[in-house]
Amino acid sequence: MATVRLEFRNVTKRFRSRGKKADGVTAVENLDIRVHDGEVVSLIGPSGCGKSTLLNMASGLDPATEGTVFVDGEAVTKPNSHVAFMLQKDLLLPWRTIRENVELGVEILGMPQSERARIARELLLKCRLGDFVDHYPHQLSGGMRQRAALARTLAVDPAVLLMDEPFSALDAQTKMVLQQDLGRTLAETGKTALFVTHDLVEAIALSDRILVMSRRPGRIIEEIPVDIPNRAVPLERRKNPKVGPIVARLMELLHIDEAEA
Amino acid sequence: MYGTDVTGTRLMMALGFSLFLVFLAAWQWAPGVMGIPPFIIPPLSKVWGEFLHMLEHEHLLWHTAVTAMQVLVGFLLGILLGIVCGFVLGMSPTAEFVLSPYILALQIAPKVAFAPLFVIWFGYSVTPKILVAVLIVFFPVMINVLSAVRAVDPDIVRLARAFTASRLQVFWKIQFPASLPPMFAGLRIAATLAVIGVLVGELVGGNTGLGYLLTFGEGAGNTAMVFVTIIMLTIVGLALYGVIVLIEGRVLHWMPSRHHPGI
Ligand SMILES: Nc1ncnc2c1ncn2[C@@H]1O[C@H](COP(=O)(O)OP(=O)(O)OP(=O)(O)O)[C@@H](O)[C@H]1O
Ligand SMILES: [Mg+2]
Repeated sequence: MATVRLEFRNVTKRFRSRGKKADGVTAVENLDIRVHDGEVVSLIGPSGCGKSTLLNMASGLDPATEGTVFVDGEAVTKPNSHVAFMLQKDLLLPWRTIRENVELGVEILGMPQSERARIARELLLKCRLGDFVDHYPHQLSGGMRQRAALARTLAVDPAVLLMDEPFSALDAQTKMVLQQDLGRTLAETGKTALFVTHDLVEAIALSDRILVMSRRPGRIIEEIPVDIPNRAVPLERRKNPKVGPIVARLMELLHIDEAEA
Repeated sequence: MYGTDVTGTRLMMALGFSLFLVFLAAWQWAPGVMGIPPFIIPPLSKVWGEFLHMLEHEHLLWHTAVTAMQVLVGFLLGILLGIVCGFVLGMSPTAEFVLSPYILALQIAPKVAFAPLFVIWFGYSVTPKILVAVLIVFFPVMINVLSAVRAVDPDIVRLARAFTASRLQVFWKIQFPASLPPMFAGLRIAATLAVIGVLVGELVGGNTGLGYLLTFGEGAGNTAMVFVTIIMLTIVGLALYGVIVLIEGRVLHWMPSRHHPGI
């Protein structure tokens, strides 16, 4: 396959508990993940198994306790412009217009004004927010705000997109529309992405592979290739008969039937 | 929609203006009707006459200017100090931990009680008045800025840092703009407090400013003079407050509920 864009090599993350030195929380342990160029990989696992922790390490915000994270072959030691993340919260700045919000990343990177305005406009058109360029975030719906957040993430042209449950705060229908947008955008731009979600069908609809994590300390317990055509059109993919068996397998791995009270 | 909005505003303005006229009329004639002597509540015409008299013989405008200048200087110094301290303490938990007992003590101490002390230190100059204003203005601004910096969503800061923002960039692009709304709320309070600070300073000692005219009028048993001075003090405060509201409207134009000019 193509070159490796994102790699976790034997990564462990321990959080020190306050006071006591020795013992702390081991969030993830001896983890190996490789994401290839243009691949979309979903991470699924029980709450608290360390999915967000993994993304934070990849973004360079939190160092790994042991092991190394590589992006494009370079060890990640601090935040860098090769990765960009997107969270459940849109984190739009209320005092900036949508365009200015989209420009935040490239502005920090020092891109000249005219250039970044052009990029922002282009991306907002692509994200179907062309009419809202000069609006403020509070004038937009939740789905539109999350699309603006996606545009902001894409604006820095990152090699790898890190997405932490980006659609989990949206209603079911808006969510499907945004999945469709994301699927199309990822396919058009050929971006590499690591996608965390609790929504099993979302993971199947959007990704090439699904990594299932165990309870804490998080480890990869299974890798499920999603062998369904048309990754660029998640709405079509959802309807594929192959979805059902994968959902069943994921439920089994996550012990969802047992967890139910 | 728009049409009714405009007529609605007109109606409100007409109502406000008539209420003002009623107020003035009541001031002029009600005391007499109710048998209140002029040395308790002088009627409007007497206050107006006193105002004209003071303009000519008591240097009213000069005293007003002196007070206004002290208010302005005290206000600016106080808010500058408050803003800087608010940001420093808000961003450095260590500094806040070490300094918070002193800040709390100073905050609880009634600031105007320092006026006599400052007069002892600096004499009958403008300095003690400005200092009282600085002291009294400082706290609401500092507290508001401090808690605003604290309240910034850490995930927004992390987002900026993930975009490789430096500390300075995080400050100017995130923390500073995020704390502007509470800061302006603090500035509004500060505008009214600055007048109180200067006034107390003038009451305690000196022979300039509206505070001096106030004690002078009191000593002379001239109620109308006291009224005129109170009105001038209010105008000074209103002017400063108005400027703040004007600037706030410019700076915070992005705020959702800012279409109604409120108090
Ligand atoms: N800063 C921290 N200090 C101490 N422990 C932490 C810290 N951040 C996370 N943890 C712990 O690490 C574990 C993994 O957390 P993480 O947020 O990565 O889980 P997650 O898989 O993203 O969960 P969820 O699906 O609920 O978002 C949790 O048990 C959490 O309590
Ligand atoms: Mg998480």
